[in-house]
Amino acid sequence: MKKDERKTKVPQLPEFEPLKASIGISGWLKKNLFSSWLNSILTLFFAAITGFIVIGSFEWIFFKAEWHVISANFKLFVVGQYPQAELWRIWIGLTIISALLGLSWGIWKGTMGHLSMAIGGIYFILCCLPFVMTETRIWLLANLIVIISAFLTGRKYSKLRKPTLTGWFLMFPVIIFLLNGFGLFNHVGTNLWGGFLLTLLIAITAIVCSFPLGVLLALGRRSKLPVIRWFSIGYIELIRGVPLITILFVAQLMLPLFMGHGIEIDNVVRAMVGFTLFTAAYLAENIRGGLQSIPRGQFEAAEALGLNATFKMTFIILPQALRAVIPAMVGNFIGIFKDTSLVAIVGLTDILGMGKNIISNPEFLGTQMEVFIFVALVFLIFCNMMSYASRRLEKSLGVGKR
Amino acid sequence: MDKRTSLTSTPFWRDKRVIPIILQIIFAITIILAGFFFFNNALNSMRQIGLNFGFDFLGKMASFDIGDKLIEFSSTDTYGKAFLVGILNTIRVAFIGIILATILGFLVGICRLSNNWLARTVATVYVEIFRNTPLLVQIFIWFYAVFLSFPIIEKSLNVFGLVFFSNRGTVIPWFSLTASSTVWFISFIAGLILSFLVWKQRVKLQVESGKRKYPLLWSGSAILFSLVIAWFITFETPLRLSIPEIAGRGFEGGYTIGPGFCALLVALVMYTASYIAEIVRGGILAVSKGQVEAAKALGLKSSTILRLIILPQAIRIIIPPLTSQYLNLIKNSSLAAAVAYQELVGVGITVLSQTGKSVEVISIVILVYLAMSLFTSLLMNIYNKYSQLVER
Repeated sequence: MKKDERKTKVPQLPEFEPLKASIGISGWLKKNLFSSWLNSILTLFFAAITGFIVIGSFEWIFFKAEWHVISANFKLFVVGQYPQAELWRIWIGLTIISALLGLSWGIWKGTMGHLSMAIGGIYFILCCLPFVMTETRIWLLANLIVIISAFLTGRKYSKLRKPTLTGWFLMFPVIIFLLNGFGLFNHVGTNLWGGFLLTLLIAITAIVCSFPLGVLLALGRRSKLPVIRWFSIGYIELIRGVPLITILFVAQLMLPLFMGHGIEIDNVVRAMVGFTLFTAAYLAENIRGGLQSIPRGQFEAAEALGLNATFKMTFIILPQALRAVIPAMVGNFIGIFKDTSLVAIVGLTDILGMGKNIISNPEFLGTQMEVFIFVALVFLIFCNMMSYASRRLEKSLGVGKR
Repeated sequence: MDKRTSLTSTPFWRDKRVIPIILQIIFAITIILAGFFFFNNALNSMRQIGLNFGFDFLGKMASFDIGDKLIEFSSTDTYGKAFLVGILNTIRVAFIGIILATILGFLVGICRLSNNWLARTVATVYVEIFRNTPLLVQIFIWFYAVFLSFPIIEKSLNVFGLVFFSNRGTVIPWFSLTASSTVWFISFIAGLILSFLVWKQRVKLQVESGKRKYPLLWSGSAILFSLVIAWFITFETPLRLSIPEIAGRGFEGGYTIGPGFCALLVALVMYTASYIAEIVRGGILAVSKGQVEAAKALGLKSSTILRLIILPQAIRIIIPPLTSQYLNLIKNSSLAAAVAYQELVGVGITVLSQTGKSVEVISIVILVYLAMSLFTSLLMNIYNKYSQLVER
């Protein structure tokens, strides 16, 4: 308000002098923190709160907290009870991801580069932690080298585009194969999978499997055939109307009943089924929004070209619709990644469930804050990385700018 | 003749009118068969364990107790009543949570757009941290690391001797009604109506005359007047304040809130508020700049602009996503199952483990949540219609 008053007065002044108060540090302070008495009160209020919180947490982090509980259980947090002798399989899986990341960085640059650098940074920080084993350190260093060499290869040979994309698609089944063994290696049952590994596996399975289901449901909801439309509406609204935890309980308790005897499904797969069914409904609503944003002319043009319904959808409508809702879908995936922590309630040992187990260990009594803050930090880092990627993607796709 | 028939009678499997019907029939049959298969399997496997499908267990005695409850409940009551207590507990945490989250969310959302740098930064950091950590982790932090880590009752922390924090729960001052409460209440309502009328009339006068007529002052004094009258009728205060005190190994007076409820409520409010803040920010940013400039040109002060120009327009954009956040809060309250606050899902799990009636219990839980979701969206749709732009 005051700025405007000043402006009106300027022509009446005999000499035009720059206002000292509007430049330099004091000018910035005055403009941003103390522009009016109300603003000054607000500043002091927030300064008091921030000071209290920052000093309190600083003191706690560096003097009071016992980070010993994290370093002692680091392996449990990351891979759960996966046998020590078979850990190399996880490392190889990670190396595959590193190689793919590096290649993509070299080929596409941009967002992929930032993500690879973030992941590389995490490797480096882990490498520098004092308590990790030498073996871990060697593997981490190898991964760093793999990222960088793959980046250099990718930059040189842009022909690797197609192999890299295929690699991303094949990565997940290959890693599952590595982890489980399936007869080729020693079998490691899902009851031994745990920690952050399990969190990631459940989240990725839910995302990969729910995507086709979500597309089908979205198409079904817009279908002209009443039976299919009402089925889709019923499914979507039913799932969206109930909490995730009830769906997990349905998957844990009722799936075995439904399947009858003779078919054994283990706990982890049950949770994955629950998450997939849940995500599909939310994804379908997002994709439906994308479908609705496609103008009629596109449908009509496709029909005029003589494309049948299947071709029209796969080549004309869906590519445009999906591109329009990528940010919304990434938001959905972030939500699912956070929601995987709910499996701790139904008794799986993901990173949060592992934390709960550790604090009930009498050896680590009274370290709840340390454990849960660590878990929160892990989620915070990964969710921030995902939302950063989504923002970059949104910008590069130019969604909402046309 | 021959040619015409071959033109008109296409085989039915290529007839565009028949194919959809056939497809739908096949789809429906598949769904029904699959449903029948699953249901049959479920019945068979339940029979094998020695259970029958049926809701008759609701009338049987529940031999467990519920800590936090709104209505009387003891372990001799029925399972049906246990569910009722659970539903009320869900409604309690959802209702209080929605109100607090809305207030906090609007404050943070407005702070994010403040021209005060510190307020803006603090609000942004808050939103980023609370949106990007799972709600369950936040609930665990509040429950295990904060509310259960408070000292024992004898050494509990207190704030000005009014609010006590102990590991057995938080105790706040509470009110009890006296004999004259009804008189006070009636007179307060009358005062409220009176003040509203006075306020309208004063505002009208102010608009007509162009002079300050102090509508707020007038309506305030109208309420005060009604309360003074109530005092002269009864010569008694309407409520008796009961301040908690430590008495031996427990608290006397006040109102005790269990640690599970506290943790759940705080976590739900902090988490949902961060989402509401983003919605509010988006809504305010969507109000076109010309509106604010026009208001400034009219010489309105910034608080008036926010209250009378920006918020009424932003509300229209805010309501639909806000509704889905409210629904999320109601659904997320089911995470109480992890912190021993016995709401619907918590009660459901206990009943399920006692009776083994998984299909029935889960269908009850799902139906109740569906009903609550529908009811909330109904309310919000009515409000949405009311606040929509009237277009000609």
